Parts: sequence; C-alpha cells; structure tokens
Amino acid sequence: MSASLATVSYIGATILFILSLGGLSNQETALRGNLYGMIGMTIAVLATVFGPQVTGAGLPWIIGAMVVGGSIGLYAARTVQMTQMPELVALMHSMVGLAAMLVGFSTFIDPEASKSFVGAAKSIHEMEIYVGILIGAVTFSGSIIAFGKLSGRIGGNPLLLPGRHWLNLAGLLVVIWFGREFMNAHTIADGMVPLLVMTVIALLFGIHMVMAIGGADMPVVVSMLNSYSGWAAAATGFMLSNDLLIVTGALVGSSGAILSYIMCNAMNRSFISVIAGGFGTTSATPKPAGGAAQPAGEVVPVNALETAELLREAKSVVIVPGYGMAVAQAQHTVFEITKFLREKGVNVRFGIHPVAGRMPGHMNVLLAEAKVPYDIVFEMDELNDDFPKTDVVMVIGANDIVNPAAQDDPTSPIAGMPVLEVWKAKTSIVMKRSMASGYAGVDNPLFYKDNNRMLFGDAKKMLDEVLTALKA
Amino acid sequence: MQTGVSTGTAQRIGVPREIFPGEKRVATVPEVVEKLIKLGFKVSVESGAGDLANFSDDTYRAAGAEVIEGAAALWAASDVVFKVRGPSADEVGLMREGGTLVSFIWPAQNPELMQQLTAKKATVLAIDALPRMLSRAQKMDALTSQAGVAGYRAVIEAANAFGRFFNGQITAAGKVQPAKVFIAGAGVAGLAAIGTAAGLGAIVRANDTRAEVADQVTSLGGEFVKVDYEEEGGGGGGYAKVMSEGFQQAQRDMYAKQAREVDIIITTALIPGKPAPKLITAEMVKSMKPGSVIVDMAAEQGGNCELTEPGQAVVKHGVTIVGYTDLVSRLSKQSSTLYASNLFRLTEELCKTKDGIINVNMEDDAIRGLTVTKGGSITWPAPAPKLPAAATAVAAKPAAPAAAKKGHGHGAPSEPMAGSKLAIMFGVAAALFWLIGASAPKEFLSHFTVFVLACFVGYMVVWNVKPALHTPLMSVTNAISSIIAIGALVQISPMGSAVDRPNDLITWVAAAGIVLTAINMFGGFAVTQRMLAMFRK
Repeated sequence: MSASLATVSYIGATILFILSLGGLSNQETALRGNLYGMIGMTIAVLATVFGPQVTGAGLPWIIGAMVVGGSIGLYAARTVQMTQMPELVALMHSMVGLAAMLVGFSTFIDPEASKSFVGAAKSIHEMEIYVGILIGAVTFSGSIIAFGKLSGRIGGNPLLLPGRHWLNLAGLLVVIWFGREFMNAHTIADGMVPLLVMTVIALLFGIHMVMAIGGADMPVVVSMLNSYSGWAAAATGFMLSNDLLIVTGALVGSSGAILSYIMCNAMNRSFISVIAGGFGTTSATPKPAGGAAQPAGEVVPVNALETAELLREAKSVVIVPGYGMAVAQAQHTVFEITKFLREKGVNVRFGIHPVAGRMPGHMNVLLAEAKVPYDIVFEMDELNDDFPKTDVVMVIGANDIVNPAAQDDPTSPIAGMPVLEVWKAKTSIVMKRSMASGYAGVDNPLFYKDNNRMLFGDAKKMLDEVLTALKA
Repeated sequence: MQTGVSTGTAQRIGVPREIFPGEKRVATVPEVVEKLIKLGFKVSVESGAGDLANFSDDTYRAAGAEVIEGAAALWAASDVVFKVRGPSADEVGLMREGGTLVSFIWPAQNPELMQQLTAKKATVLAIDALPRMLSRAQKMDALTSQAGVAGYRAVIEAANAFGRFFNGQITAAGKVQPAKVFIAGAGVAGLAAIGTAAGLGAIVRANDTRAEVADQVTSLGGEFVKVDYEEEGGGGGGYAKVMSEGFQQAQRDMYAKQAREVDIIITTALIPGKPAPKLITAEMVKSMKPGSVIVDMAAEQGGNCELTEPGQAVVKHGVTIVGYTDLVSRLSKQSSTLYASNLFRLTEELCKTKDGIINVNMEDDAIRGLTVTKGGSITWPAPAPKLPAAATAVAAKPAAPAAAKKGHGHGAPSEPMAGSKLAIMFGVAAALFWLIGASAPKEFLSHFTVFVLACFVGYMVVWNVKPALHTPLMSVTNAISSIIAIGALVQISPMGSAVDRPNDLITWVAAAGIVLTAINMFGGFAVTQRMLAMFRK
C-alpha cells in the first residue's frame, strides 16, 4: 500500500470517528455510531499494518499482540458489571496512558525516528516526546489511583498532604528544568536520565492529584482523565507526525474536557481549578461553621408498608437515584416497582442529576441495564418544573443533589449547585442507610421538611420490602 | 420525672364519654387504641363513649381496650385521661389527685376551670395551647384537624340548604350556571371549605386579611379577592389581628359587592380572645339573591353575620343563615379519628421510651407550650418557644445567585460570556498563536492546524451528545483513543533500520504497547456495544 493510499485511509478513519461521536447524540443512532468507530479503527489499523512503515517481519508480532490484548479486552467487556463501569473506564484510561509512555520511550531510543529532524524541528520533536511521556505518565498513574478508589481498593477519602500545592509547583519546576537538560542532551544515553526523572515525577504527580480527590468528585476526575488520555494520544501524534493520531486525540481530549466542564457546572465548581487538580481545599472538606442554620423541624421515619401505601395512592411518581442505588445494586428492584406502578397506570419517571453516580451518565446505564425504558428517564432540567405536580418522589441513595440548601442558603458550601427540587413535590421519601450527611458534609434541610419521609435501611432490602408490600 | 400514681408499671389511659350537650366526638378510636397499646399503655374506655361517633364498645374491646361502666369508675382507674371538651366541675371532682388530663381547655376563657384543676394538683395538657409555629407540632395540631373537618362540613351544610347545583352543567334542556361561593377567612377551616366547594364544581372566591395565604387559596382552586387597601394583617400564630378603620371600610365595600354577586357565603373569621368580627351586615344579607345561603362558622363566638342565631339555621330576607356550632360533631367519626391521631402523636412525644409511662418534659418547646398546669401550679401562658431564627429569615430570601445559575446545568453549548473575559481569552490565544507562528517550523504548523481544527470539531460534536449517553461516550472515546496503537505498530519493524537501533528492545516495548491498546480497542468497543444495546424504549 502506498503512502498516499495510507493517508487517504487515515482521512476515512478520521471521518468515521467524528461520525461515531456524532451518532451518540441520541439513543436510536448510538449503536450505528459505535459501528462507525469500529470500522474506522479497523481501517486505520489495516492501513498502518499494510502501509509503508511496517514490513512483513513485524506481522507475527502484531497479530500475536492483537490476539492477546483483544481477548483480554473482550473478556473484560463481557464480564464487567454495569455498576463497575467507572472502574473499567478508569483502568482503560490508564492503558492509554501507559501505551503513550511506551511509544514515547521507544520513539526516543529509536535513532531512525529522529534522524530526519534538524535544528528547530529536532528541538520540537524532542519536546513532543517529553510532553507526550509526561501526559502519558500522569494519565497512567492518575487512572490507576482512580481505579483503586472506584473499586474500593483505596479508601475514598481525600488525602490532603500539607502544602500540596507547593509540592505540585515544585514538581512542575523540576519537570521544566529537566526538560531543558533533556533538550540539551546530545546522545540518547544523556537524555535518558532527565527523561526518567521527569517520568517518575509525573507518575507521582498523577497519584497525588487523584489521591486528593474524594468519592463524589469522581465524575469530574474520570472525565478529566478521559480528556488527558486524548491529549496523550494527540501528543503522540505530534511526536510521530501522524495527523490521524492528532485528530483522534483532539476529539477525545475535547470530549473529556466538555464532560468535565458539564460535571463542574453541575457541582458549581470552577473548571480551571479542577483541571489543575487543585480542588478539595475550598469545598471538598467544608465544615459548616457554627453559624450555619440548623434545619428546623423533625425527621419523620416511615417503614416499607407506609411507603408502598404512598406509592399506591400516587398518580405521578418521580424516582431520583444516586450512588447509593448503585452500591446496593437496587436498580433491578427499582425497575420491578416501576413496572408494577406503570401497569397500574401511575406515571413513573426518573430524574437524573448530571453528577449522580461515579461517572457521567452512570445512572442512565444502570437503569438501562435494569431494562428501564430510556424515554421515562429525564434530566434535571427537564423535570424540575414538574415537581409541584408530582405526588411522590423517591430519592434512592442520593443526598447532595436534592439539597434545598443549595438554593436557599447562600452560606452553604454547595450554594449555587443546581439541584433536583424534590421538596416541591407533595411528598418525598428519602431512602438512606442513616442520617449521615452526604459527600459534601452538609446537613440536608430536606430531611426536616414536613412533606418529607425517611425510609432508613439498605436500599435493596427496603425496596424489596416495598415491592412485596405493593404486590400484597 | 413521672406523673401518675402507678410509678414504674404501665400507665392507664382513660377515655370518658363526652357529656357536653351535642358533643358527639370521642377522644380515641379503636385504630388508635391499638397504637397506644403498642406504646406500652393500658387503655380504658367508658361504656358508650364512642356510640355517637359510630364506634361500639365491642370495637374498642377488639382493639384491646378495657370497657368500664360509669364515668366515676373510669376516672378513678385512669392515670391519664384523654378528653375532647374541657372537663365540667363534676368531672374535675371525679379526677384523681395529681392525675394527668389531655383535652381542649381554652385557659384564657376558663379561669375557674384552671383554678379547679390546680386544686386537684393535676397536670393538664391543653391541646389548644399547642405552639402551632413549631413545624414538629403540626402532627399534634387538633385545632387544625378539627377546623378542617368543620370547613368541609360547612360546605356540605350550605349545599344542603342551597336549592341548586354547585357545578355548572350543560343539560339537554340548556345550561345550568355554577354556584358562586365566597369564603371569608382562609385559615384551615376556610381552606378546607375552598377545597371542598371547588371540588363540588362551584366558582370559589376567598378573602383573608393575611395577604400571604393568596397562593394557598389559588392552589386549592379558589380565586383570591383583595381588599383595595394596603395593610398587613398577620397577627402571629396563624391568626389575623384587628385591622385599622380605613381597612375595615374598604373590606366592608368588598364584602357588600361580593354579597350582591355570590350565592353562598361561608365566614370563618376569628380573632383570638375577642368576639368574632361582624363582616356581614343586615344590609348585605338583604342585598343577596333569594335562596342564597350563609354559613357562619364563627357562630359560637357571636358570628360574623349580624343576623346569625348561634346553633340554629334561620331564614331571613330569603337567605338561609346557618349558625350551627356543632359542625365538627356532625362529622363525628371523621373528627374523632383525626383528634385521636393528634393525641396519639402527642403521646408518642410524651413517651419516647415506649414503656407506657408518660414524661412531661418541660424542656421540650412543644410540650412546655401545651402544659397549662403542672403539679398544682399554673404554667400558662408558656414563654414564647425558641424558634430557630433561620426558619423565617432564610425562607424569605431565596438565594438570588443560585436561582440565576440554576438554568444552565448543561445542554447549552455556549452562553454569552462576559465581554471582558472574552477579550482576555482572545488576547491569550493571539499571544500563544503569535509565539508558535514566530518560532515553529512549517511541518509543525501543518500538524498544529489539524490539531486546532480537530479540537473545534470535537467541541461541536460532543455538545450534541445526550447526557444519558455520557458513559457510552466515555467508553467509545476510550476505545478510539487506542488509536495510539498506530504509534506502536510503526515501530515494530520499520522499513530501513539504522545499524545502532536497539531492535529487540523496541520490538518488545512496541508489542507491549499493542497489547495494551488492543485491550482498550476491543474492550472499549465491545462494552459500548453491550451498554448501548441495553437502552430501550
């Protein structure tokens, strides 16, 4: 295959990737979008393998590696639980990061790759290697930690080292200084030391950045790492002068950045502070200072029977799921209840807050897995006006995303965060394990409202009881 | 701290028959008896106590209560007595020394009763003295529950006396106009009346001196009629206060106008400790259409209408004026059940340990307010409860920034940014581009062009993705980013290799890269496929 033919194939692959992302704009075209992605990937790989840069000698290696990797990937995709999707995604990000690092290193030690560069072009090429490995390393270690946190292997609480911003700044300065050393190095062996030092610092930085972030901020982190993995691919593209890599990397990078931006908005945080990994100081550990108003009123607990009673008499029900539903694996019971109520003619809908769960869109996938039809699953903005007309709202394992303090109390740490206005419904039922405050550490005045009821206990167990009571 | 005689063992709650003429209610119902027994109490009911509310002795027995013959025996056996009406002098005489009583008392209007109870060293919880502003007290608020019943019944009485349909109808023979109902005073009773009348299909108008109830009126299907005069009438505790002369004049004009227009007037205006305000004059009654109805719910306090005769329904100037004072008793089963539930909630508060022994905790705002005499001394009126200041202050000012921010959770790709911010961004971008343009070689620039354009394409495309599909988006971008495989592929065996190239090392590193990216590639697409297949309508 000639170089031109390979280039044309790359253009085709680029178009298919863009169509692939475009296909995700709604559920009907999403599957086709995924198919476009697969075709694009196949074209790109085949054009490379049979293109001018690879000889026949490499084929056995390539096929062997593809088969090994492919089978692992397919196996993982088949067995993963939908509740574990965030972990899987984080793990995959780490692989992109690691691969970017490996490609960077092997490019660096390959004299063939850099022989055509002289002068400014050579400096730029070296800089591209340096930056490519840097981003790859941060993505790799950050994603591994994110994976650990999401799968519960590492505790979810933020680890805040003293003077952590200074540590990060020092790391950055060291990285820049070694960057200069690296550019000035004349042989590969000379350049290796600064490169390795930078890699170690980048890995540490990635670990440190994600360690400092707590459980419910994970949607931001996961989408941010998604973005980083894209930028890593783009940097590799610059390194190899390959436009396909650059375009794809840029697509993925901006997609991740947009997702992080949406997540930040949904939590009312600034985008810049998150991208810098620098949040957690202001609002991640808020302690309501003595002045914060203690909510007036009283918590009214109910049992499963009374909950079933309320549901049975309702005409319109909205279910607001949160991470607690995923933890308790309660989505299937939720669907059973939904099915039962819908057969009775009750209008059941779901309200999803953008940051509910541990990654963007997590709740939607869980509900889809439980066979909840997607046309009764609504976004926050679509549903907020309807709450006054709703008889019963069931909040399952969510807290901060339904906290009225975000709107009413300008001193609250979560003031200004958009929330689902469940307290406007006739009755709301909050299912929680205990009265403990949510991730943000803010007391929730919703629990003390007159029209709110609390159903304490494990979400799955309680919902099973509610279902039994409904059917009785 | 315990009250009652049988210290240590479960206390007995006694419910006597109401002896007040015309009173048909009873202070507990079988359903609630069961709940009280669950709290650890023993319950006794006087024989025949529930007859007028359609609860037979047998139903009480079935619920676990002991039925005692005769008031004297019942009073003697009970540690705690639940009643509806305040006790008569005779009843106080039957009461145990140092016993506990829960009922309506109206301490301000009944000083002698208070004296008698004090002499008995009784602990008395007056359900009418409940601090109603405490939101936690609402479940015990018998005034509210009884007023709701009365409001409902008032509409039923009006419908009974009224010669027409409430709802408008189109019949084969022609159109029937809906009845017009005017409700004066939108307290609990007024609101219940609004809801009931609107439910029957009438056109409902209502007025109250407290402007803040307008929303509640509207929410129940009524229309709020304003008095054309500026003055705020909230008197605290959910009651209205006496208004100025100018306001009263404007109000009279409004009532006169309504009287000419509507078919039914229901008045509920009460001012605590004062005779009911005279809202409807004889003149206004004369101006009403013949066959109209007035239900005066304030009849017991003298009535809101000049022509009301308390306890009677009379016809004057062709208008039926209903002045029944026993509206609640006319729905005795319902009102008894609600009252019994209120008392049960109170009992829960009094017996948090669920061991059948009440504890009158004077530290508790709600219970402190209710307790009018304790162990021989008058504890009424209670000091104002310590209300959390935030309850009113915070509600009054919803955070403006929050409201402003609320709209744009996501979905809006680009909102107009502040001009200065935009200018800074353009400035930074221009500087950056200049820097790159000045120093970078040509090949780099062509790649850079591609990169920047691709970022924009990505930006445009991804904003169209539904939030519901964000997880699949992440897994598919993940799969796509394994395009990095190309970097590894080209390194595995390049065409012409230099002599000093560490071939083996590079091959192994590149192969590792391919394995990693292949995991991602296959895994990513496969899991996306799996997820997307699950989304169904």
